[in-house]
Order: sequence, then C-alpha cells, then structure tokens
Amino acid sequence: MSCANKSRREFLGTTAVATASLAVAPGVMLIDMAHGRAPEEAASSSVRWGMLVDTNKCDSGCTDCVTACNTENGLSGDTSETGSQWIRKVELKDMRTGKATSLPMMCQHCAEPPCVDVCPTGASFKRADGIVLVDKHICIGCRYCVMACPYKARSFIHEALADQNPDVPRGKGVVESCTMCVHRVDKGQTTACAEACTKAGHDAILFGDLNDANSEISKRVSTFATKQVRADLGLNTGVRYQGI
Amino acid sequence: MSSIAFRQIEGRSAGYYMLLAALGLFVLFGLGSAYYMEEHGHIVTGMTNQVVWGMPHVFAVFLIVAASGALNVASIGSVFGKTMYKPLAPLSGLLAIALLAGGLTVLMLDLGRPDRVIIAMTYYNFKSVFAWNVFLYTGFFTIVAAYIWTMMERRMNVFTKSVGVAAFIWRLLLTTGTGSIFGFLVARQAYDSALLAPMFIIMSFAYGLAVYLLVLMAAYSHTNRPLGDKVVLRLKKLLAVFISASLYFVAVFHMTNLYFAKKHGIESFILVNGGIYTQLFWIGQILIGGILPLVILFHPTLGKSRSWIAISSVMVILGGLAQMYVTIIGGQAFPLELFPGMHESSSFYDGVIHGYHASLPETMLGIGGIAIAGVIAAFGIKVLRFLPDSLDDKVIDANHGSKALSK
Ligand code: SF4
Ligand code: SF4
Repeated sequence: MSCANKSRREFLGTTAVATASLAVAPGVMLIDMAHGRAPEEAASSSVRWGMLVDTNKCDSGCTDCVTACNTENGLSGDTSETGSQWIRKVELKDMRTGKATSLPMMCQHCAEPPCVDVCPTGASFKRADGIVLVDKHICIGCRYCVMACPYKARSFIHEALADQNPDVPRGKGVVESCTMCVHRVDKGQTTACAEACTKAGHDAILFGDLNDANSEISKRVSTFATKQVRADLGLNTGVRYQGI
Repeated sequence: MSSIAFRQIEGRSAGYYMLLAALGLFVLFGLGSAYYMEEHGHIVTGMTNQVVWGMPHVFAVFLIVAASGALNVASIGSVFGKTMYKPLAPLSGLLAIALLAGGLTVLMLDLGRPDRVIIAMTYYNFKSVFAWNVFLYTGFFTIVAAYIWTMMERRMNVFTKSVGVAAFIWRLLLTTGTGSIFGFLVARQAYDSALLAPMFIIMSFAYGLAVYLLVLMAAYSHTNRPLGDKVVLRLKKLLAVFISASLYFVAVFHMTNLYFAKKHGIESFILVNGGIYTQLFWIGQILIGGILPLVILFHPTLGKSRSWIAISSVMVILGGLAQMYVTIIGGQAFPLELFPGMHESSSFYDGVIHGYHASLPETMLGIGGIAIAGVIAAFGIKVLRFLPDSLDDKVIDANHGSKALSK
C-alpha cells in the first residue's frame, strides 16, 4: 500500500518528466501526466472539478466536443468496436413521450468510483480534486475496471499507437478514459470539450469547481434541477446533467 | 488410510509419453497464442471495448472453479470423516493444484500487460475483489500442498484433519471470491446478484468431481490397477447429487431475477431471445451439462457402465464451459442501461447487443490452460505417490472396516 502511494505521489508530479518516462512499446513513451502543474503543488481536496451538461443546448448533429477531445488527447477517432472513445454523443429517445435528447457522455469522475474499487493494483485512482485517472505505469490491463464502470466510459487499447500527444500518455495493453483534460486543468485551463462547445456557440458544457460556492457551475447546480446519470448507484458523479 | 499402499505410476509406457506429448503440444499452442496476442495486442482476438473479457476468461474461470471443486473429494474424507474417501484424497489435492495453476496461467497471459504480472503481486488495492483473489489463490496452493504433505507423510497424518478443515474453508472462500468478481459488478444487470457466489460454489462441486472421476478412471484403466465399483458408483451418485443441486440453483437464480422488473431485459435475453447465448444456456448448460448426464447416471444399466459415467462427466464439463460462456460473454453482450426507459444510441454501441467472435489464438490459449492442468496431473502421479495401488472393493471394505473398528 505505502509503496503504491509513494509511486502515486511521484506520478502526481513531485518528479517531472524524466523519472516517469517509460517506454511502453517501441516508439511509444509514457510521460508523466501532471507535469503541467507546479511540481511542488499537490492536487487539493478543497477543489472538486466537475462539468455540467445542459442537454437543452446540446445539438444532436454536433460532435465538436468529440473531435476536440480526440485532437487534444491524440486519439485517432476510430469508432470501430476496438477503438477508444473517451467521449461520445448519446442520442436518447423517450420510449413513452418520444422526446429526443442528445448529450455527451464521458467518464463521470465519480466520487465513489467502482473502477477504482475493483482495480487490483491501484492503477485506477482518484485524485484529491476528484479527477479519476489510470496510472499507465501500474495498469496491468486486466480490464476489470472496464467491466465495473456503469457508464461504459473506459476503453482498452487493443493495438500499438502512433502519433501521440506528449502531454497525454497512452499505450497498448492498458486501459484509459477521459482525464477531464487534467493536463490543461493543471495549467488553469478548461477542458477541451467545454471549450469546443462554447466555440461552436452552444455553451452546453460548463467546467468548474463544484466545491467553490461562487463558481458558475456551483451556482447553476444549486439553482436548477440537475441529474446524475444512474443516480440510483449512489456514485456521486462529478459530471452532472440538466434537462434530462 | 494407513492400510492402503500408495505408489507412483510407472510412467514409462508409450501411452504415457504420448499423453504427455499431446498435452505438451497444446501447452505450446497456448503459449504461442499468448505471445502472438501480446505482440499484436488484443486486436487479434475477438474481444472489443464492448466485450472486454473473452474466451480466455471462460476457460480460466472454469478451471479455477473446478479446482476448488476437485478438492471436495478430499474434504468429504477428512472434514466429514467418510473413511471411504480417504484413499481418494491425495489425487483430489493434486487435481485442485493442477486446475488452479492452469486457470491462473490463462488469466495472467490474457492481461493487456502480462509482463507486469509482478506489479499485480506487489501493488495491492485491498478494496479490490481481484486483489483478494490473488491472496486466496496463493493461499490455496500453500494450504493444499500442506494438506497433501500431511496425507503422504505418515508422521504428519495426525494433522490431516485440521489442515483438511482449513483447506475446506479456504476453498469455499476461493469460490466465493471468484463468484464475487462478477457479483460486485453492480452496474451490470447480469451479475448484480448475491446468489452468484453460492451458485458458483455448487457448480464447482459438480465440475470438480466430473474432472476427478475422469482422471481417476483413466489413470486406473491405463495403469491396469484395480478400481472397484464401490468407489466409482459412490462418486457417480455424488456427481448426480451435485448436478441436481446446480440445476436447482440455476432455477432459483433465474426465478428470483424474474421478480425484479429491472432484470426482465437480461433474463429474456438469456432465456428466450439471446440467440447463441440462449442456445448455449438451454442446450449446453441445462441439457448437455445437466439433464442428460442426470438421466444417464440414474439409468439402471447405463448408470453402471464406466464408459457412460465417463461420457456424463465429459458432458458436465462441456456444460460448465457453456455456463461460463453464457455468464461471462452473455453478461457483457447485453448492453448497459444508462437511461432506463429511453432508447439509446451512439457511436460507442450504446443500446445494442454487442457481438463477440472468439479468434483462434484466444481459444487456443484457453485450451492451453486445460493442457497445463493435464501436464501437472500426469507428471504429479508419476513422481509422487498420489494413487493407491488398488481401489478394488475388497480394499475399500477392509479399510472402511478397520477404521470403523479403531474408532
Ligand atoms: S465514470 Fe466509470 S471510469 Fe469514470 S470514475 Fe466513474 S466508474 Fe470510473
Ligand atoms: S485494467 Fe488497469 S486500471 Fe483497470 S482495473 Fe485493471 S489494472 Fe486497474
């Protein structure tokens, strides 16, 4: 345990790129994920990063958030059954009323994440600020977390990858999912999907600190009726939805 | 047990070497497949991001479950004091170790990063059922090895009973742990049931005993050692009891699921309109793995024929593999329901039944696990005294009698 914790702290950024660079496959380097944040600064539990999706503003034909995520994180956009999809547009149709809804679905960054509970090695972990990540160095690729996630948010990398973004380590044989753009968030930026949605003029995704009563996301969550997907599971998700 | 002589098999016949060669070949195929899968990634398997556990898990979980069941024969002897079973106990321990080793090898080689298996043993997340299982498996090897030792080493015989009890409890934990791997996946409708763990235990009795019977009969007929009807018929009766109990449990499992409206989807998928899964359930698991062997075993003439008893055992094993396929693959093929009451669709295959077609390498890897268990068992009975010289009726009676008197 203590061993895992130590390595996690390292992973979280006390050491920079050099120590954490590991060759996962020929030509593929895994680089420490958090090197954007100041090295001495640990993720703080006073913050809880989250997103609020307003489905009334989400356009069913638009996939800008998906494209932005793929570009940002170096995903190929492969939608075959073996491809990785960190974020996807889900189209819903109410079977009784016929009402159609479109929304983006990604890792919900659960406060009680089943993926973290089941992971045998502790590779799947939650940062103090609520972001759920996979430590690519200790993931053994058992895929138990993929089985456990209620939101189908996780993907397993089925083959060797090319063209990676150095900020976002990925590698064959391990599991990955939406990182809430942790490398951007640690630099004080918003997530790529939220940014793209705003740019497209929809403004359906709002990123922010759920713990900060003055943040826009907190204000909206306390004013409007918002929902957690599969709230019955009691996972206290960091991604909330409005309008479903 | 002291009145019974145990001896290694000669293991120098052409038949024995052919058996080893054949098993070895399948081990090689299995290892080759694993290497191929690791080189290319899981892209060369039928597994996808919708069905993430495939054929290797079907074989691995079957072997692990059968392993704990195989130990049952020994437990009946030492835990429940049935003297007749005592001479049968060492082989039971050997098979338990062999099957578990086969299953774990498959599980390990199917990891995305089998090269990191050392991480699985050094980094533990104590909340994870998987991590508990790593402990349960290692503990199982140790306890069963100790158990075999107390049985084989005369001076240690006095401890057989207590170690046997420990092994018995451990095996129950082990199967509970295996069953719980699925039982803890609350989000998946197919697995969200506390009944899974006990059901796995009951099934393990049947699978393990079927393997035991097959190995016992094969070993004795090929080495020309006497094996009396008393032993065979007793074990066959026990097998019939375990098959009936499994069928009963399966019935209860599905009936209770039918009470819950939220489970109707998965239930009708498995029982009625799930295509291959429905067929495997009714024809594989229920008919071939349950009803037919029961009919044969209870039949007045067929039930006494060793060939038919062997055929029923093979059927139980095939039925067991079908059950694992239905549970593991079928449970994943049925889509997760994110928004109850809504029709869902997406580029990530939300709301649709997921396809799965096992590729040759992953199937060979699974079969390789069976071959590994076979090699360990065949080699074990050659180097150590696992098998009694004779198990004919007279020996059994004499042993039974002498123990009864000495009590
Ligand atoms: S949505 Fe899935 S992957 Fe994300 S934290 Fe929750 S369980 Fe884990
Ligand atoms: S696949 Fe990796 S992150 Fe997921 S449970 Fe297994 S070891 Fe943990």
